Amino acid sequence: MNYPVKHLKMKNLPMAKVTHDLQLIENRQLNPAYHLLIFKSSVAIPEVFPGQFAELLTPDSAATFLRRPFSIYNADYQLNTIQFIVKIVGNGTKKLCQLSTGAIVNIIYPLGKGFSISEGKSLIVGGGVGIAPMYLLSKWLTTNNREFDILLGGRTEADIINVKEFSEYGELDITTENGKLGQKGLITTHPWLKDPGSVYSRIYTCGPEAMMRAVARIAIASQISCEVSLENTMACGFGVCLCCVVATDKGNLCVCTDGPVFNINNLKGWD
Amino acid sequence: MPNLEVNIHNLILKNPVMTASGTFGYGQDFGDFYDVSKLGGIVTKAVSKEPRQGNFYPRMAETTSGMLNAVGLQNKGIDNFESVIYPELKKINTNIIINVAGHTVEDYVYVCERLNQLDHVHAIELNISCPNVKDGMAFGTSCPSATALTIAVRKVYHKTLIVKLSPNVTSIAEIAKAVEDGGADALSLINTLLGMAIDAEKRKTVLSTAMGGLSGPAIKPVALRMVYQASRAVSIPVIGIGGIMNGIDAVEFLLAGASAVQVGTANFINPNAALETITGIEDYLNRHSINDVNELIGML
Repeated sequence: MNYPVKHLKMKNLPMAKVTHDLQLIENRQLNPAYHLLIFKSSVAIPEVFPGQFAELLTPDSAATFLRRPFSIYNADYQLNTIQFIVKIVGNGTKKLCQLSTGAIVNIIYPLGKGFSISEGKSLIVGGGVGIAPMYLLSKWLTTNNREFDILLGGRTEADIINVKEFSEYGELDITTENGKLGQKGLITTHPWLKDPGSVYSRIYTCGPEAMMRAVARIAIASQISCEVSLENTMACGFGVCLCCVVATDKGNLCVCTDGPVFNINNLKGWD
Repeated sequence: MPNLEVNIHNLILKNPVMTASGTFGYGQDFGDFYDVSKLGGIVTKAVSKEPRQGNFYPRMAETTSGMLNAVGLQNKGIDNFESVIYPELKKINTNIIINVAGHTVEDYVYVCERLNQLDHVHAIELNISCPNVKDGMAFGTSCPSATALTIAVRKVYHKTLIVKLSPNVTSIAEIAKAVEDGGADALSLINTLLGMAIDAEKRKTVLSTAMGGLSGPAIKPVALRMVYQASRAVSIPVIGIGGIMNGIDAVEFLLAGASAVQVGTANFINPNAALETITGIEDYLNRHSINDVNELIGML
């Protein structure tokens, strides 16, 4: 494990962001929709907090003019590599996943506020590509001696990625809507989410908004805390364009700098 | 080393590169990337009398070589500006230009009067051209209202007064002249072009407001044309804005007649864009053995 212990003390502190070029050293197609992209930096990579993200510049193209935000899947401070799980959803992600080894991609990172540490046992709920930030979270919780279970869900078995890596860190279970992998049905029907308050003190979730809202309702009913990692369209990713807002108890806040992780108690319309 | 210093009325800019309002926050967010005091000036996010929550989400749509935004002037108001933002701005060693937005003439006058008291506010840029609020553009699209607003603000604001023009007009030259007649010290143009994006699959508009402001390299040819026309219609300096991504783009605006430029949307894609624009201009001058950037202004 290559995760610095000093992260224990870090609670959503803003860190200096950097921009530089990275070299793609591996582009592993996990299935038709998902790729694992591994980039190497020629300089030391900054410390990355679970739930933080990066803005990647897609190769020169008029049609994909802006950067694309991606959760950071994994970071290796010895090898100076950084990994992303990319789901092909449009032109930008398609171009990134078509890159060959050796390609140079510019990055801005680490961005945003990540997850906060839970005191008791927690449950990680990742849906589809929302699984991406949960791997660093699993490592971090483990490093900090926190107990947790991991529940990953997807529409089909193709939406469940890198399962073996997750199971190194905690009790893992899986749901798919077509039943081809793990339990059949929506992730919210899994037994761990029946009465989570009896086992867990916190739910961490990232995935499609409808799924996160359903998980949030379960957390509220069980009176346990819940952190959600939100997605939004961003022009900059570091708080200046004010495009990616979400309604909160403090008014409209930027998902990129005030999030992407929010406690549901602070979000408007999530109860 | 060629001279990069330019003047905009009483302002002395160490170089002709500023940042465009709404793309640079209040300067603090870029401190991780470079020393923002190296810029010729910083034009802040708009400040209005009352706090504004802005428009509903979605506020942004990517377009070919550009983007549409419908932020709607979200800001915390002049009280917050004075107590929280201004002390931070005082630490920046370059020209600080506050973009001012309002619903009514009285709103603009109120904010400008208060800004006039602040020593480290070196100029204001009057935003009479925002396409994303119901009344913001109204001032900038008719000559009599543009003149009247400029006259009203001129009475209470005694430092450099820049008026930012909307491209969504029939004649940019006439509006430019109207604002000069009202007493403006300089003009900046262009603000975003009113546009829209449609998602054909969903058969819906992409932005919550249906229409929004187009920016980025897509608008550069329009911006160059308008800077060319406006700078020939007035005798006050013109600041060129619209899709500048690098030093060569900036040089094109200077040649069109601008005395300085603002880098906007490029800041989102390349946080170092404004800084690199300065070195790009310098490289150009060196390459062409030009000793003074002022020699480029209007030299087509």
